[in-house]
Amino acid sequence: MIRGADIVVRSLIAENAEFIFGYPGGAIMPVYDALYDYSDQIKHVLTRHEQGAIHAAQGYARVSGNVGVVLATSGPGATNLITGLADAQIDSTPLVCITGQVAAHLLGSDAFQETDVIGLSMPGTKWNIQVRRVEDIAPAIAKAFHIAKTGRPGPVLVDITKNAQVEFGEFNYEPCFGIRSYRPYVKINPTAIAAAAQLINDAKRPYVLYGQGVILANAEKELKEFLDKSGIPAASTLLGSGALSQDHPSYVGKLGMHGNYAPNLLTNQCDVLIAIGMRFDDRVTGDLKRYAKQAQVVHLELDPSEIDKNVKCAVPVLGDCKQSLPLLTDAVNSNTHHEWFEKFRELDKEEKAAVMSYDLESTHGGLHMGEVIQLINQFKDENAILVTDVGQHQMISWRYFNYKESRTQVTSGGLGTMGFALPAALGAQLHDFKRQVICVVGDGGIQMTIQEFGTIMQTKAPVKVVLLNNNYLGMVRQWQQLFFDKRYSFTELENPDFIKIAEAYKLRAVKVTERHELKEAVAQMILHEGPFFLEVVVEKEDNVFPMIATGCSVEEVRLS
Amino acid sequence: MNRYTILVYTENFIGILNRITIIFTRRGINIDALTASESRLDGIHKITIEVTVTDDQIKQLSKQIEKVVDVIKVYYFMDHEVVYQEIALYKIPIESLDPSLEKVIRQFNAHIIAAEKEFVVLEFTGHKEDTQALLEILKPFNLLEFARSGRVAIAKPKFSITEYLNNQT
Repeated sequence: MIRGADIVVRSLIAENAEFIFGYPGGAIMPVYDALYDYSDQIKHVLTRHEQGAIHAAQGYARVSGNVGVVLATSGPGATNLITGLADAQIDSTPLVCITGQVAAHLLGSDAFQETDVIGLSMPGTKWNIQVRRVEDIAPAIAKAFHIAKTGRPGPVLVDITKNAQVEFGEFNYEPCFGIRSYRPYVKINPTAIAAAAQLINDAKRPYVLYGQGVILANAEKELKEFLDKSGIPAASTLLGSGALSQDHPSYVGKLGMHGNYAPNLLTNQCDVLIAIGMRFDDRVTGDLKRYAKQAQVVHLELDPSEIDKNVKCAVPVLGDCKQSLPLLTDAVNSNTHHEWFEKFRELDKEEKAAVMSYDLESTHGGLHMGEVIQLINQFKDENAILVTDVGQHQMISWRYFNYKESRTQVTSGGLGTMGFALPAALGAQLHDFKRQVICVVGDGGIQMTIQEFGTIMQTKAPVKVVLLNNNYLGMVRQWQQLFFDKRYSFTELENPDFIKIAEAYKLRAVKVTERHELKEAVAQMILHEGPFFLEVVVEKEDNVFPMIATGCSVEEVRLS
Repeated sequence: MNRYTILVYTENFIGILNRITIIFTRRGINIDALTASESRLDGIHKITIEVTVTDDQIKQLSKQIEKVVDVIKVYYFMDHEVVYQEIALYKIPIESLDPSLEKVIRQFNAHIIAAEKEFVVLEFTGHKEDTQALLEILKPFNLLEFARSGRVAIAKPKFSITEYLNNQT
């Protein structure tokens, strides 16, 4: 017989959890007490805020493909996880969050640090459960891991009352392999494959859109083989970036509000649209009423509720794309689409002239965010990970970062959570100290979780933090300029001395204000062994283009 | 917009009803009526939801409900595809009892299921239109209280939850 708290820790070890990202407190103290005895088997990372813990776990999960584990106390500890849960839910990130809860006999009595965590976290979790008895702990954790990582992954929360943590029980861990009400995978329907292949083979201008589903299914190789044979142009969503190397001949660019010009515009000129592991987010589609109406849509998707949710499809191919893609590859003809590709190349020239020359090749005036990313490309490793926050810097980084490998892109896509990047970069770095992790943030977002410098200091994670500082909440300011008559309502910031802050946390810190200093500073950062903070003061009122304004169609993508 | 009956078969799991209803709340869809009870199978609960939505909405709703981990299976039907009933209770003061009321009771084949010193309680089962019709007639009799259940429904098309559970993929 062992204590419930030991059962919690040993269950996590049985699930091969490598890290726990957490923060202690009253109702979870027995588990923290138990952790003291297992520090040789599982590493605990003490963040500076529970939100930091969950974003770090997300960063870790996104680059490793493992389930991220979070530990927090009841009440405020648990409520501080809510943003991360919602973020992980919408971006399909596998997490198991364990929260302490007041003793079972106190539930519903407004006890100290009691809150209805189950009720609060329900819309932001794939599944959650409250455990009130010691014998239910291990089965709940086993089920939690199974649910978090299978099917369409997502966050799961296990709330454990304090009495269950201190009671004694038998420990005999049995992993969960199935739940009768839960069917995460469906058999691929051969008729759907045949129908999809028929459409693709008859198409004159087929077009592939791929998303994070490809990465979550570990189907990068299968996607590449499908494109190698079919010769179809392919564009990436924000979270799909990295699923296909940007050097691949089929790669034509990025989709969405701040994606590339050609991939957006030509969505309305293709005749067959093949969506793979993506969910037609409104930031990708713009106005749905004018989205790809001319095209027959083939949708390869694991989650049945995504079929016909936003875009009606002619042929749904339900199931894991790691299985469906090879079947489709077998069934499609070898092809090339030179003329069709040529259309992308022509429009690329327009984007290059109108946007990229300004973003990347300016020689005078303030620094542009794109120049920084371009220099990072010069010095980075092929498998370097880019972690970004939310806003202009996120879109610019995504546009110009050269994605070569899968799981190199970590950003808050669906929820758009400012403050995500710093802790997420920490989690990504902890997975592998040898990988380059470059964290690009804005001056707004960094201040939402700036306390995680402390965790970087304590773990010595060699994260490279690049602050693109324009002294504005830049994306909001851009919208105010374009759509609110330049009424810059509460978007200008009076910022602290970020260098002093970084140095106070023992980070090597460098500030760049002039163009001629930039290259050397970026090189210095990349070559530096430990954590590094690079602040680049950029043009205050730069905008991100191309842009599809809200309510506009993909073909109304503007270059200025 | 059509009226649909959604039949949800679930595990007996705390919070499952909440997980299902928030799917409606989030989309701003009103649940017309809802009943929950054990099904004929041990450990499996059946939730019957009546809702007025579009064809697209019902498809999306049923898929979202089925996505809930502890939901076993979801079916949805139009009114003509289900056999359904609702029970209604009417509390009427003793003073209102007169021959005209007797006529109404006979006409509707309603039952007096309780008689107290000050009131009687009528019970009547049928479709909402029927129980509503009786309600309108009873209002002039100084009706004291009225209660109506949600829909209980059995689908006409053949399906078997047992068979579904045995066919694990």
